Amino acid sequence: MIRLDRVTKQFPGGTTAVDDLSLTAPTGKITVLVGPSGCGKTTTLRMINRMIEPTSGTITIDDQDVSALDAAELRRGIGYVIQHGGLFPHRTVERNVASVPLLLGHDKKKSIARARELLELVGIDPGLGRRYPSQLSGGQQQRVGVARALAADPPVMLMDEPFSAVDPVVREQLQDEFLRLQGELGKTIVLVTHDIDEAIKLGDHIAVLAVGGRLAQVASPHQLLTHPADTFVADFLGKDRGYRALGFDGAEVPLHHESTVVLRDGAITDPAPHDDPWTLVVDESGHPLGWASTDRLGQITASDELALGGTLARRDGSLRSALDAALSSPSRRGVVVDDSGTLVGTCRAHQVLSVIEEQERPEEERVPAHEGGEGGDDGLDPRAPR
Amino acid sequence: MDWILAHLDDIGRLTARHVVLAGVPLVLGLVISLGLGWVAHRVRGLRGIALTGSGLLYTIPSLALFVLMPLVLGTSILSPINVIVAMTLYTVALLVRTVVDGLDSVPPAARQAATAIGYGPARRFVGVELPLAVPVIAAGLRVASVSNVSIVSVASLVGVSQLGDLLVDGFNRAIGGELLAGTLGCIVLALVFDALIRLGERLLTPWLHTGREASA
Ligand SMILES: Nc1ncnc2c1ncn2[C@@H]1O[C@H](COP(=O)(O)OP(=O)(O)OP(=O)(O)O)[C@@H](O)[C@H]1O
Ligand SMILES: [Mg+2]
Repeated sequence: MIRLDRVTKQFPGGTTAVDDLSLTAPTGKITVLVGPSGCGKTTTLRMINRMIEPTSGTITIDDQDVSALDAAELRRGIGYVIQHGGLFPHRTVERNVASVPLLLGHDKKKSIARARELLELVGIDPGLGRRYPSQLSGGQQQRVGVARALAADPPVMLMDEPFSAVDPVVREQLQDEFLRLQGELGKTIVLVTHDIDEAIKLGDHIAVLAVGGRLAQVASPHQLLTHPADTFVADFLGKDRGYRALGFDGAEVPLHHESTVVLRDGAITDPAPHDDPWTLVVDESGHPLGWASTDRLGQITASDELALGGTLARRDGSLRSALDAALSSPSRRGVVVDDSGTLVGTCRAHQVLSVIEEQERPEEERVPAHEGGEGGDDGLDPRAPR
Repeated sequence: MDWILAHLDDIGRLTARHVVLAGVPLVLGLVISLGLGWVAHRVRGLRGIALTGSGLLYTIPSLALFVLMPLVLGTSILSPINVIVAMTLYTVALLVRTVVDGLDSVPPAARQAATAIGYGPARRFVGVELPLAVPVIAAGLRVASVSNVSIVSVASLVGVSQLGDLLVDGFNRAIGGELLAGTLGCIVLALVFDALIRLGERLLTPWLHTGREASA
């Protein structure tokens, strides 16, 4: 556990970068520091590993005051991911990753072997290990930066905008991999970002800093979205706050039976008569392939002629994904699948909204969400018994 | 040409001395400059002093410095030590700035990363800053080596022999071949030094020669 107790940093010249900050980063969790540019995020991070000394206040890691430790030794025990990777341009990728073990005096062969393992862990082909950083893409460099921070297996990791240098698609990939890794490794992580969506996606809890280094709010992502402490936080959270909050609400939504047709060997088998303009096509094992316009069913030969994009929701997923699936579907019916990706039914936007409204009510008034699967589109109201 | 062929032994001997008198100070000066440059780079207040001081040093005429050395060092006036020390001073004068510039050229992200993952100042200098400063330092070293090869010929005037002797003697006795040998010798030597430094730089900076442009 990392604890900052009334920490203030004033730079010579009078800038107060961090102002009376008290914050706890629990063991094994991801604590995200988020805020606009210049609000003291990097300064806070660097005070933890003593690259910057606080003007006042104390910082402890597992109840040990960091100022009492040798700075270089302290840092060798803390993984640090610098913005944009910060790789050493003069060292090969695997030598970069092996930097800390070698610094700790570990055996060279073993350190390099370990570096290759780590590269694999972060999704880099170990064959790239002999290359220099300039021969990698920005996203690859950032992964290598993460691998380097992990190399000595430090219990604590500090990450300064680790995924900022890449396009949104790769960033999302890196974030997903990062969450998967953290699921396995369970490090104590403090991660800095100025991207609120990244904070919400990655953080177990989030500290929002305002300019001047003031702590505006510490909360779980869900709490933050549903109960921002003040207008600064609400503004910083930006648009679609209410909608994004749904991403944390898991609840059963009413499911409806969907009659489907099967695409087998490049043709739709027995295109059953169907009065709906859209028909769901599945494969032989019941995995949804996509929507086809009913009068064109006979012409479909391959799954890439079908519209599926964004219309799938998992049965145990969030209300947001269910609502999004329904709204994104050409038929306005969201396709709901189970863990194995098999179709379990479809959902309707208005019913998802009803579930959402239901959730806002006090506990005792609530009625269990309708269990579905049978019953066609009969306009079921989950709040029905009234 | 005849003169050159008849005096190959002499030319060889003088060239060897020239190599020592220009080369040893180059190496000594580099080592000293690395130390001074590191301090000047780290301590803000010393930077200006080191840069101005070394700049002034280079403006002292070489002959004056060669004559001054025995007085300062207590060596005999004909001792090659005088020349070596004086040439080392010139090298330092040129290279301190180069080393400071080289260290300035190290990407801040690499330096910060080194600090962040637990390099102490000394290991960071040797392991990260110095290797990354090599291209800039090598460029300065090439200038210093040419400068050394040419300045050292003046040492003939204080009786320390090297290729400059051919120029002085050739001029006094109006022997064209001897003048030519002295001049060519200096040029060839300068080119060889330059080639060696470039080779050294290349070997020390494999990451700059990967045969592929940076893709990031
Ligand atoms: N070495 C320094 N000397 C003086 N002022 C500094 C120094 N480092 C940072 N500051 C100031 O402290 C404030 C906080 O800087 P910091 O780098 O922590 O911001 P940040 O939240 O990381 O911003 P960004 O998102 O842009 O990286 C800024 O106003 C900055 O100008
Ligand atoms: Mg920053």
